[in-house]
Amino acid sequence: MLRDKHYDLLVIGGGNAALCAALTAREQGASVLVCEHAPRALRGGNSRHTRNLRCSHDAPTDVLTENYSEEEYFEDLLRVTGGVTNEKLARMTIHESKFVTPWMYERGVRFQPSLGGTLSLSRTNAFFLGGGKALVNAYFAEAEKKGVEVVYDTEVVSLDIEEGFFKGAEVRYHGFPDYVRAKALVVASGGFQGNIEWLTEAWGPSAANFIIRGTPFNKGLMLRDLLAKGAEPNGDPTQCHAVAIDARAPKFDGGIVTRLDCVPFSIVVNNKAERFYDEGEDVWPKRYAIWGRLVAQQPDQIAYAIIDTKCLKLFMPSVFPPIEGRTIEELAGKLELDPAKLSKTVKGFNAAVQPGSFDPSGLDGSRTEGLEPAKTNWARKLDEPPYYAYPLRPGVTFTYLGVTVDEKARIQMADGKPSANMLAAGEIMAGNILGQGYLAGLGMTIGTVFGRIAGQEAARYVNR
Amino acid sequence: MSIAEQPVSLVGLARGLQGATLEESRRTMEICNACRYCEGYCAVFPAMELHRSFSNRDLVHLANLCHGCKGCFYACQYAPPHEFGLNLPKVFAELRRESYEHHAWPGALAGLFQKNGLFVSLATGLLLIAVMLLSALLVDPQALFGVNRGPGSFYAVIPYEVMVALGSLSFGYAVLALVMGLRNYWRESGAKQVGGKALALGLHDALTLRHLSGGGHGCNDTHEGFTQSRRWLHQAMMWGFLLSFASTSVATIYDHVFGWIAPYSWYSAPVVLGTLGGFGLTIGSGGLFWMKFKTDPEPTAQRNFGMDMGLLAQLFLVAVTGLALLFFRHTSAMGMLLVIHLGFVLALFVSLPYGKFVHGLYRFAALVRHHADQRAASQEEGSAS
Repeated sequence: MLRDKHYDLLVIGGGNAALCAALTAREQGASVLVCEHAPRALRGGNSRHTRNLRCSHDAPTDVLTENYSEEEYFEDLLRVTGGVTNEKLARMTIHESKFVTPWMYERGVRFQPSLGGTLSLSRTNAFFLGGGKALVNAYFAEAEKKGVEVVYDTEVVSLDIEEGFFKGAEVRYHGFPDYVRAKALVVASGGFQGNIEWLTEAWGPSAANFIIRGTPFNKGLMLRDLLAKGAEPNGDPTQCHAVAIDARAPKFDGGIVTRLDCVPFSIVVNNKAERFYDEGEDVWPKRYAIWGRLVAQQPDQIAYAIIDTKCLKLFMPSVFPPIEGRTIEELAGKLELDPAKLSKTVKGFNAAVQPGSFDPSGLDGSRTEGLEPAKTNWARKLDEPPYYAYPLRPGVTFTYLGVTVDEKARIQMADGKPSANMLAAGEIMAGNILGQGYLAGLGMTIGTVFGRIAGQEAARYVNR
Repeated sequence: MSIAEQPVSLVGLARGLQGATLEESRRTMEICNACRYCEGYCAVFPAMELHRSFSNRDLVHLANLCHGCKGCFYACQYAPPHEFGLNLPKVFAELRRESYEHHAWPGALAGLFQKNGLFVSLATGLLLIAVMLLSALLVDPQALFGVNRGPGSFYAVIPYEVMVALGSLSFGYAVLALVMGLRNYWRESGAKQVGGKALALGLHDALTLRHLSGGGHGCNDTHEGFTQSRRWLHQAMMWGFLLSFASTSVATIYDHVFGWIAPYSWYSAPVVLGTLGGFGLTIGSGGLFWMKFKTDPEPTAQRNFGMDMGLLAQLFLVAVTGLALLFFRHTSAMGMLLVIHLGFVLALFVSLPYGKFVHGLYRFAALVRHHADQRAASQEEGSAS
């Protein structure tokens, strides 16, 4: 039973931000309870699917190459968000990112040596050895060692808040109703992308066909509860970050292996066997994120990327084998598309392809002429059988709606004042900095920096 | 037909290799190859990244390259209860055992890998009984139970000719069978071309157990946390074994070349090497034995438990009886201790080619191929760009 105890701090969530907060507060003497909704084997929220975090640094380190100035980092952020960011919080996060890797190392997180420039991210992002689940394991082990109390299978269902002040929380502890009393609260329970009903409110019935790339436990219950009890919202409630992933992926938790990098080399058709967007608009990482939305707008939220044999080895292998056909018609049959229509689309595309020198490593200008929509790069005829197809569906990574926080991670209330004892860290407040778009590894940076700030602030509050 | 060329449905018919284990290994590698989060852990993942699809030959190579450190299991976002249910250390351990069986020489004895724990214990028990019965029947009780000191006292218990014949026959056979098994393995899963550099790097990785260091901070020896225990215990055992082997070799030279008859003094090379080796073997094998009980069983192959424990137990018993013989050689216990020690040594030699011991050779071969492959790949990349 939890109701007989009194804690200094309740941390809701079991991912990176939650654990950074719990560890920081515990190290400053606070008694801490972490409530993780997932069972132990699935603990860690979306952090267990991550791989790296983005760090500013002035000189090469053991885990990062060259340098990455605060200014360049901020410019990258401005570019992806189009300016939808709180500059003060963003600059503070970027500055703090310089100091996080040694802190992480001291708490058991291990990094891969820098990858020597083979991957463009090795300059900007520090890679966790083994990925995010290894990081989460290290933090949980450290938390247990330092005396943080962790309960799994424990969902927080409702917060007792009086005029912006946290009193306690109703929880379901291994399925039974219980109550947690604590002097301060850190909410680090993520977004609401695991909540299909909520997604449906924003996207309509098509959301039922979305695949959730991460944990099913991010239901957004705490987010909704906080907003209902006077927290100031932040971010567009109708937006989510979605990419096109393999339609055969599991409904939840498919993670990295369901990604498909074949779009630039393919033609993409909907279930009417028609193309709908320029597949060769830009190099893939830049265009990666728009395809989730594009596919979501197609009938039944499904599309098919079709390539021929010469393209098969140009992209990372995906986890599901491509669907194969000796002819376009045979392939159409396997995809349950109209063979005549698909054949017509491919013939029309082939006829529009202009001569060019194909170069998969950059924008090559190999394009179509007189075709709508055009393919403006990497356009090559589909003429080398067998032909292959990958089915695509929108895969939701995260949602943008959250709570507004200040530079001390205090949750802002709708009356304009910060809460005295309620703090937020991680995805639930990441929208303050990443208002739209996506920057690889930034989510983990925000989680780490704000997790630490929230932990510090909570400890300061209870030790005051 | 090599296993690389066999269609999957026929693989089950090949001695040892099971279609199901190969298919599960292939499924796992295909998911791992689309993820690659583990590429910092060990050589398996860089080796995997050289492929887009996996032949049986590649899978057997990758399985033998795996040191069972389990880092990838605890880091895996697709481990059970995820619906992908990946458990690479387990399936590779199973495939390794099947590959030992598949390549064993002569083929008629390959089945000994099936219930290996039973085979090793029966071989040990029966040989021990045989040696003890024969010595009880044939050896003068005065020599067996009396106090014998000075040169030649061991031969008073077991005659020189018998000792040499038993030792060279059993060990000679073991070496022959091990070499033939390794040859079978290399023909199917080795590299096409190997330079001196790959050989040297492979030897370095094998002798330092590089892939049990996890890049310096250790491996998941028994649970999610990182330790270096398994590496150091295995080093103690491996170097203990090599030192004991060196001790025997030096003693053989003393005897045959210089005519110096055992037992030797405390400060002689054979005794110093043997003592160090004996302690290393005892601590290493005993520690690993204990660790096998303590470890989280999920990422291990329970089917291999008997095989793994069999060799550890044999090495432990050889080392402990060897040390006991050394310390009590001037007492009346010497005769019986010598008989028991030689019984365990004989059983170890006989079961060497049909037990866990072969993993050292196969893994060394896999490390050499790994370096040869990586070299070839980087040269290819260099010439392409």
